[in-house]
Amino acid sequence: MQPSVSIKDLSLNFGNVKVLDRLNLDIAQGEFIVLLGPSGCGKSTLLNCIAGLLDVSDGQIFINGKNVTWEEPKDRGIGMVFQSYALYPQMTVERNLSFGLRVAGMPKDEINRRVARAAEILQIQPLLNRKPANLSGGQRQRVAIGRALVRDVDVFLFDEPLSNLDAKLRSDLRVEIKRLHARLKNTMIYVTHDQIEALTLADRIAIMKNGVIQQLADPHTIYNKPVNLYVAGFIGSPSMNFISGSLDGATFTADDGTKIPVGAYDFAAQRTGASKAVLGVRPEHILLGDAAQGMPFQTQAEIEIVEPMGSETLAWTKVAGIPVTFRCSSDIPLHAGDKVTVGFDIARGSLFDAKSENRL
Amino acid sequence: MSQTATMTGSAPATGGNTATDPRGPRPKPFFTPKKIMIYTTLVFFTLYFLFPLYVMVVTSLKTMPEIRFGNIFALPSAPSFDAWVKAWTSACTGLTCNGLSPGFWNSVKITIPSTIVSIFIAAVNGYALVNWRFKGSEIFFAVLIFGSFIPYQVMLYPLVILTRSMGIFGTLQAVIVIHTIFGMPILTLLFRNYFASLPQELFKAARVDGAGFWRIFFEIMLPMSLPIFVVALILQITGIWNDFLFGVVFAGPQNYPMTVQLNNIVNSAQGTPEYNVNMAATVLTGLVPLIIYFVSGKLFVRGVAAGAVKG
Repeated sequence: MQPSVSIKDLSLNFGNVKVLDRLNLDIAQGEFIVLLGPSGCGKSTLLNCIAGLLDVSDGQIFINGKNVTWEEPKDRGIGMVFQSYALYPQMTVERNLSFGLRVAGMPKDEINRRVARAAEILQIQPLLNRKPANLSGGQRQRVAIGRALVRDVDVFLFDEPLSNLDAKLRSDLRVEIKRLHARLKNTMIYVTHDQIEALTLADRIAIMKNGVIQQLADPHTIYNKPVNLYVAGFIGSPSMNFISGSLDGATFTADDGTKIPVGAYDFAAQRTGASKAVLGVRPEHILLGDAAQGMPFQTQAEIEIVEPMGSETLAWTKVAGIPVTFRCSSDIPLHAGDKVTVGFDIARGSLFDAKSENRL
Repeated sequence: MSQTATMTGSAPATGGNTATDPRGPRPKPFFTPKKIMIYTTLVFFTLYFLFPLYVMVVTSLKTMPEIRFGNIFALPSAPSFDAWVKAWTSACTGLTCNGLSPGFWNSVKITIPSTIVSIFIAAVNGYALVNWRFKGSEIFFAVLIFGSFIPYQVMLYPLVILTRSMGIFGTLQAVIVIHTIFGMPILTLLFRNYFASLPQELFKAARVDGAGFWRIFFEIMLPMSLPIFVVALILQITGIWNDFLFGVVFAGPQNYPMTVQLNNIVNSAQGTPEYNVNMAATVLTGLVPLIIYFVSGKLFVRGVAAGAVKG
């Protein structure tokens, strides 16, 4: 099957600054892709290029097999939802929804039919005669999604659509967007800097940094097998614990001399000789008490700070002289000053080459 | 009414509690040294600026013998509008003696088209400069702004040649064209800055919706621009109405605007100067900008308030 959106060698320069650098990305029909990265990584720029709102410096963009590199935004078969909603303030919700259709000169009853359908899907029928100023943030964003919906497009582009909402609404609308995708089965490209949104919504996540995609994979792989130190540190909250040291065969020696056996680790390639390396362990892969017994590496540690989060507890301690966070059930009573045995689940950890920062 | 309400409302806060236990809104005494300073200054300057107007109005209502009496601050003993009628209908402006009324209508004929044309072109300019960046648009803008620093007098003669070769020298069209050109730098700057302050995503959304240059301008941008249009209107109407130089140079005697005819009345060398007529004529000429300020001031505030409601 041909990809829904295909980006080939896309580059974009603003003067001497390379915002996007020979970027390639194929997005399957009906796929939900999240572009994730810190601000300034080029993710919104990429979205604007796909939408046709920015001219590219080099490369091509295909949508449904058609080269749209030089096409106007309206001719690309895309709908776009913006962070600031971008509703036309002087128009009612209904006229906001129908604006694009009226511009296209569509017959009136067809416009009415489509507006009614979008309003039904998004449950905004009671709001149709209101002005955007009289809507709440969540309602505005629904209308903004509706504006993309009525155009009956193949590809939806979301530019940080939930970033202006408060935490509660954000999680509500997140689920709604997921439901919408399940119902419509359109291709969706979603830009965010929020890793929770990325992990929960995406079929595949593209993590970007400095205009380059670092890793493109499903959320599970991204979380458990990050390809480099950057991705490992970016995904996960609290972030992965990193211990630097050197690796020789199946033994990792931390900088302070602590030896950690890493025989259980699934190396990507056969290795020989010693080299500098970084061991990464997620907070939930550091186990406590009995669970720690079966682990390849155990050590005594003193709890420094305890952060109860309700469903779980975060604890701060020191292993091999490096501050380490771990996560455990809130049923386990933990206090600052406690001495506990912790064990590293090395099989689920990550090892990176210290120089190239790539996964070993 | 409201005064007493505030007094009783704030009474418990000031008197109800002991001084050692503050609670509720902090008491706001009416007479503080700061407030007295502010109001004294304000009242002084208000009087300072109102005084000339007072003298003009009072003088225009007096008869000539009363004016010669010399007591310029006194109220008129028998107020009469004769001087106003004469200023409007029969005062001599140079050779003709039809009063200011032809000049008034000339000014209207100059001001309305100049204002509309210049604001429209400047709005399109500003919109294009912000949203449809083209190669060299920054340079274009810089040159335009630089134009506003060149003194009018430098360009006067070249413009006379230009309008003459266009065959419109000495006509209404000439003044309108000149006013439009000279309004461009400041108005374009005004509109460019305003459009730049509108969210860019609105423009992008309209592009995605398929709207083109004019459609976005008329249906999205213009309805959001009422405040800046009011500002531009005030600027242009008062500026063009008060203009003397372009009117006297480009309009031709039959199209002289009100300001030029006022000058002709006041500075006429023949006979004794009729101060009451002069004063009346001057107030009449100044009336239009004055009314504009009063009317649009209110509109302006409303416009700004409407613009503050974010979409």
